[in-house]
Amino acid sequence: MNQTAILQIPTDWRDFLALTKPRVMSLVIFTGLCGLLAAPERIHPVLAFTAVLCIAIGAGGAAALNQWWEADIDAGMKRTSDRPLPSGRMGRTEARDFGVALSVGSVLLMGVSIGWLAAAILAVSILYYAVIYTVWLKPRTPQNIVIGGGAGAFPPLIGWVAATGEITMMPVLLFAIIFFWTPPHFWSLALYVKSDYAKVGIPMMPVVAGERATRRQILYYSIVLLGLSVLPWALGGTHAIYGLSAAVLSAVFLAFAARVALRPSPPEGDAMKPEKQMFAFSILYLFVLFAALVADRMILG
Amino acid sequence: MTQNPGPDPDRIRRNRNTVMGLLLGGFVVLVFFISIAKMG
Repeated sequence: MNQTAILQIPTDWRDFLALTKPRVMSLVIFTGLCGLLAAPERIHPVLAFTAVLCIAIGAGGAAALNQWWEADIDAGMKRTSDRPLPSGRMGRTEARDFGVALSVGSVLLMGVSIGWLAAAILAVSILYYAVIYTVWLKPRTPQNIVIGGGAGAFPPLIGWVAATGEITMMPVLLFAIIFFWTPPHFWSLALYVKSDYAKVGIPMMPVVAGERATRRQILYYSIVLLGLSVLPWALGGTHAIYGLSAAVLSAVFLAFAARVALRPSPPEGDAMKPEKQMFAFSILYLFVLFAALVADRMILG
Repeated sequence: MTQNPGPDPDRIRRNRNTVMGLLLGGFVVLVFFISIAKMG
């Protein structure tokens, strides 16, 4: 599509929605809500809804800024080439302004309605994803996912702080769980789409350090995750519902990771079934783990 | 076989305005309820 055509056809509202990465947002909303519900204090349901809405809008703004900055990279990868910017359905300025408006709006609304500590952490999480991860780390280091994972780890922390107004050990542990969950989750995906990343010059672990090193790292992070995930129970922050769920889920996660780690590099054209299964399970893992955290608080107090 | 006429700019604009109107309306209602919640 040429530039004249882009200017003549207004951007569909669905493209603005796509810019916010709704699928990623669903995980953000879920973990943010779980952080809020797992906190020992209750807030008014309207304020709880507003807090989760702000977390979601902030994540959407950061995702829009990420796509604005990476439009050229997205154009070179099959998985992302149909996004609104690389496909030419939206102008770059429009995407940037939309991202800035959502980001600033979400922080202001959080500050005014909930509290400025939660708003400050939300602002840090947006800057972390849009600047530290997208602009700085992703194109420079294969550790991009490790440090960038911090951006996705903020929602339960923000949800918890929105409810209690203070940062304590428990929300920091929830942050750490997602932080250590992200590398094995993302690297299992990167193992079977690595040719795409290599094509656009993004230094993903499988591209730079090789498959064997990546598979080993997946195992190491999964071992740390196993220990971290049961820590809230071991330290007395939760009861048995969460503790036993975390132990079982993390053990299964580790089994999937071991299967991926101990596998010799598969030949070209391999279906990469263990890696795909691990990626799928990693999403289920996080949903069930956080659901167990909330169930633990609701049922056992 | 008929040729695809392509996206209709007026329809896209109308849909956008509707969505924008609904979002603004929702925001006003939300601010109203936040005010009540904060007072309580």
